[in-house]
Formats: sequence, C-alpha cells, structure tokens
Amino acid sequence: MTNIILPELGEGIAKATIACWHVKLGDSVVLGQEICEAVTDKASFVIEAPAVGRIKSISINEGEDALVGGGLGIIE
Amino acid sequence: MKQRFVVEDWGLIDYADAYNRQKTCVQSVMTGEEDRLILCEHPAVLTLGRMTKPDSLLYQREDIQARGVMITSVDRGGDVTLHAPGQLIVYPIFNLNKRGKDLKVYMEKLEEVAVDLLRNFGILAISITGKRGVFVGPDKIISIGVGVRKWVTYHGLGINVNTDLSLFNLIKPCGLNVRMTSIQKLNGHVMPMKDVKIKVAELFHKKFL
Repeated sequence: MTNIILPELGEGIAKATIACWHVKLGDSVVLGQEICEAVTDKASFVIEAPAVGRIKSISINEGEDALVGGGLGIIE
Repeated sequence: MKQRFVVEDWGLIDYADAYNRQKTCVQSVMTGEEDRLILCEHPAVLTLGRMTKPDSLLYQREDIQARGVMITSVDRGGDVTLHAPGQLIVYPIFNLNKRGKDLKVYMEKLEEVAVDLLRNFGILAISITGKRGVFVGPDKIISIGVGVRKWVTYHGLGINVNTDLSLFNLIKPCGLNVRMTSIQKLNGHVMPMKDVKIKVAELFHKKFL
C-alpha cells in the first residue's frame, strides 16, 4: 500500500484544498498518472500517483482541506 | 546558474488554442527545453478556475454568451475571471525544479513584476496579503491564477491595459465584490500594447533570470 501525500508546496504553505479528483475508488492507476488537483493561494497543483495499483481509499474529498505531508488516499 | 527563458508573442489568439499550445510548451519544458514567457490577448472569454463559486456569474450563461463572451472551465487556481482584447495575458512556462520549488515565492515574484510594471506607467499599485492579484486603491487591475504540473508552471497574469471594463459587470471578478480598473482608465489614454509587452519582458528578465 502506498499513501498519496500532499507534497511540500512552499515555505509557509501548510494546507491546500482538494479541488478535484480525476480518479475514483477502485480505479487502476499507473505511476505518475495525474490523479487530483490541490489548490492553494490561486495556484492549482497537479498531484500524481506515487505508485501503480488501484485506488483503495480517498480520505480528502473535493472541497476539503488537506495538510501538507498529510494523506489524501491510498493506492494498493 | 542563470535560468534563461524565451519570449513568444502569440498576438490575439483564441483561449482554447492558446491553452493547447501552453500544454505543448509545458511538455517541452518538462523534457528540458528552455522556459518560455508567452504574451498574448484573447477574444472575450470568462474562465472558471477550480474554486469558482456558483454566484460568481451574475447573469445566466446564455445571456453572457449572447453578448459574444465565451465561457470555459480551466485548471488554474482561483475563481472566475474575464479575458478580452486590451488585456495583456502573460503565461510564464517556467520550470520551478530549476528555479526553486516554492509556489508562494513564485506567486510573490509575479506580483512584484506586476507592481513594478505599473510603476513604470506612473501607477502606484500594491499587492494585498491574503488576496492574490494587484490593486490600485480598492480596485483590482491585475489578476493572477496559476497551474503547476511536475513543478512546471502555466496560466499566469491578466493585465488590464486597455480592456473594456464594462465586461467585468458580468461577474464577481475572482469571486470578490471588487471593481476592476485598467492602465487606460487610470492614465486617461490608450496605452500602446507593444510598449507594455516590451516592459513586461524586461521586468521578467530582471526578476527571473
């Protein structure tokens, strides 16, 4: 299992809003596939799959905030 | 080491065409080509950013389109904004892997370029903490919205040079109850777009080389 993590986006940026998911539970993903977008401070940052597998869970839904370094979901 | 970039002027270009060309540029920059600074204008279009609120459009979509203004959703941060002829669009396609992976620093640099640009045209503008964009008094003159893929930037700045400001009455710009202004309105005459483009390129070279 691999956690999907909100990466460091810059100094002083502690969180971001998940604007949209491009995948849903159960979808197969490949390494590097664009799976969701996090928005902070008028910037939209595309997050990629950190592993190949299936989306097992999504813990931060669209419109919800995520903490930098925190989990967004799990790939297994 | 200095990170160079190439300036490209795409002239007046349809929003969708420019978006597709931006995506091609992003791919090129990802694979090691030089960064780009793209300058252009768009025919009238409302772009809905990822955080657009339902009440940011003040009229029905059909009524807006009947005025010749297209509407499209886009993958940048922020709410709704308007692009139209007379507004200088600046799309920096910059590889932040080579320039520092910090979105806050990048956005602040864009605002600094914008403030410096306006000062060159005799306008005292400011950025406001917590509100991206550049303001003259309470009025907004430059909008900012950015997208980032693999730390390569796209989208960018909308600088109201000679924009028809009445078009902003269709929306709450950036989701705010704010009035928009332009260089033309503040200085009382049409500003040659060529002069603004030259100055934008010069200031980006100062800030980002």
